[in-house]
Amino acid sequence: MVAAAGIPVVDVPFVTVGSGIGSFVTVDYLRICGVPVEQIAVLGPQDVPWHSYEYLTRVSQIPRGERLRSDSASTPDNIWGFPSYAVREAWADRTLKPLWNILVEPIFANYYTPRAGQAFESMEKECKRIGYLECLRRGQVRMIRRRNGGGYFTILTPPQGTSPTKRVAFRSRWVHVAIGYPGIKLLPDLQAFRETYRDASKVVNAYESHEHVYQSLRRKPGTVVIRGSGIVASRVLQRLIDDRDAYGLQTQIVHLFRTYVDKSHGSHIWMRRKGKDGWAYQGFNYPKSVWGGQLKARMRKLEGHARAEAYKQMGGTNTPVRDNWQEQLRRGRREGWYRVAVGTAERLVPGPGGQGVVTTVRVDPHAPVRQDHRPDGTFEIYADFVIDCTGLEADVREHRLLRDLLDHTGAGLNPIGRMDVERDFELRGTRNGDGKIYASGSATLGGYFPGVDTFLGLQIAALEIVDDLARQGFCKKLTPWRSTAQWWRWVNNKGVD
Amino acid sequence: MLPTLWGRIQTRVLVLGILGGVWTLVLIPFLWLLSPGSPSAADVLRVAYTVLFTVIVLGVAWEFVYHFLQQFRWEKDWPTLFGLVTAINEGVVAWLVVHGTGILPQDLRPSPLVFSVQFVTTWLLVWVAVNGPLRAVFPHWRFRGGRFL
Repeated sequence: MVAAAGIPVVDVPFVTVGSGIGSFVTVDYLRICGVPVEQIAVLGPQDVPWHSYEYLTRVSQIPRGERLRSDSASTPDNIWGFPSYAVREAWADRTLKPLWNILVEPIFANYYTPRAGQAFESMEKECKRIGYLECLRRGQVRMIRRRNGGGYFTILTPPQGTSPTKRVAFRSRWVHVAIGYPGIKLLPDLQAFRETYRDASKVVNAYESHEHVYQSLRRKPGTVVIRGSGIVASRVLQRLIDDRDAYGLQTQIVHLFRTYVDKSHGSHIWMRRKGKDGWAYQGFNYPKSVWGGQLKARMRKLEGHARAEAYKQMGGTNTPVRDNWQEQLRRGRREGWYRVAVGTAERLVPGPGGQGVVTTVRVDPHAPVRQDHRPDGTFEIYADFVIDCTGLEADVREHRLLRDLLDHTGAGLNPIGRMDVERDFELRGTRNGDGKIYASGSATLGGYFPGVDTFLGLQIAALEIVDDLARQGFCKKLTPWRSTAQWWRWVNNKGVD
Repeated sequence: MLPTLWGRIQTRVLVLGILGGVWTLVLIPFLWLLSPGSPSAADVLRVAYTVLFTVIVLGVAWEFVYHFLQQFRWEKDWPTLFGLVTAINEGVVAWLVVHGTGILPQDLRPSPLVFSVQFVTTWLLVWVAVNGPLRAVFPHWRFRGGRFL
């Protein structure tokens, strides 16, 4: 039927959709497990795996020279996490500082984290080593459908003018889906402001390019409202304060917290997270042991409601403790240009004469900070800009491919409303004959393994997937012997074959 | 390290047993040279492996203590530094056991120097191995809380 519709068919056993870091680490494992490049097709819009990730980190104020929020041993270019980023940085820069850092962290130093540039450059090297780009077919994937006789058709729309037909069908036994974030979403009141007043310049999402805000503040002093209290809020605050220091600006910052954390919090002495000054503190996106220790083992056993509860318990917005951020905010509080407000934003309207934005906030009466307000329990904040750093993500149904998988290929949702995967990352309900669809990354958050939307999480998922593929005979098993031999090839920058 | 209790115990017994066992064998000539008096090679061997065995057995008990302490950490992790400084408490207790019990005959008990050389070098070797090289050989190990099986 597909061929009759004039769509050329390409036969390949394994297709990975997304072409981002999720696709890349999965291909890395497959190549290390002996799969030739001809048996893998990477389909997606990105020319290099870190393209989309780099865009998001750059606009959210982590350019190549700044440090990510990622562990030293979470190395997408190296499946073993050894040598770790810290060891490589120490070697390259001939310094012991990173080694000392990983020795004493997190007790006597903040966690070591790699520079974004180091992650991208090392991935580039690994891409070349494994021949990743030979597997890449650029374009948009709109649907993955079961086919008669087992396996799937994945329909790719290549960029205009690059292919004789509008669409190409890939016929495969296995498909892996790692399309990243379904999309960004503004807070509802910010979205309403944009739609009502047709103004997208004063109210911005930190994951959109918003350089004009910083440029404008350099031209004339202004006030910025920050919404959210996660890593992105921390980074945006750092940029505002760095600019303030570097150019002698008079920027005023009002930080609106919905939940203000003033001390260690948690239900039990064994479940207590540090917090202060409004922030909840944690080294990485999740408590560290979700990537291999106790929490990983525990979550693997939880189902339904119990799992959703566990996610809630360890979730909540948080940011790492970094000495330079602590110093900047301390100074801001002391000098009065960094102020906090606690409550819920109720309304956003343009300021007097169309200048700026006025936020009406309903104060949180339980907040441990004193706030003056009107008799109705609200107050107003005037600002030139509002930056949404909440990192709200769109529903998985907003993504065309995921919606299609839910509506036509049998996929379902997990207890927190994302794509439901098995422990081995098979997309539940989509099996067809001897074919399987796997999914990893952010779209699968809420499964048996929590850290899916992280470098190491993508590798953990990829290892589960290749173990399952080895059981089905597609690739070789990653035995200690193969692992060591392949690691040695990595060290010497020799190809996998 | 992100260990589970069962992972801790497996890592302790297997890495200390195998890697520590091989290292102890390598050390034997040096320990012989350092030993006061003129013990036979068999005696040096017996002493060294008794010390290693004691550290492994006591270590399994220590792992329960560490696992308990780990519960007070939000991250449920075990920082690299902890893996190093626990050599102090473990070394002291192992020394007391080797010297204060009948595990070795009086005349075979190791001198502080012999004991320290064996204990410290073995500890450092195992600590380095579990913080990196072991991952190259056992890629599943770090994601399973330190379990091999």
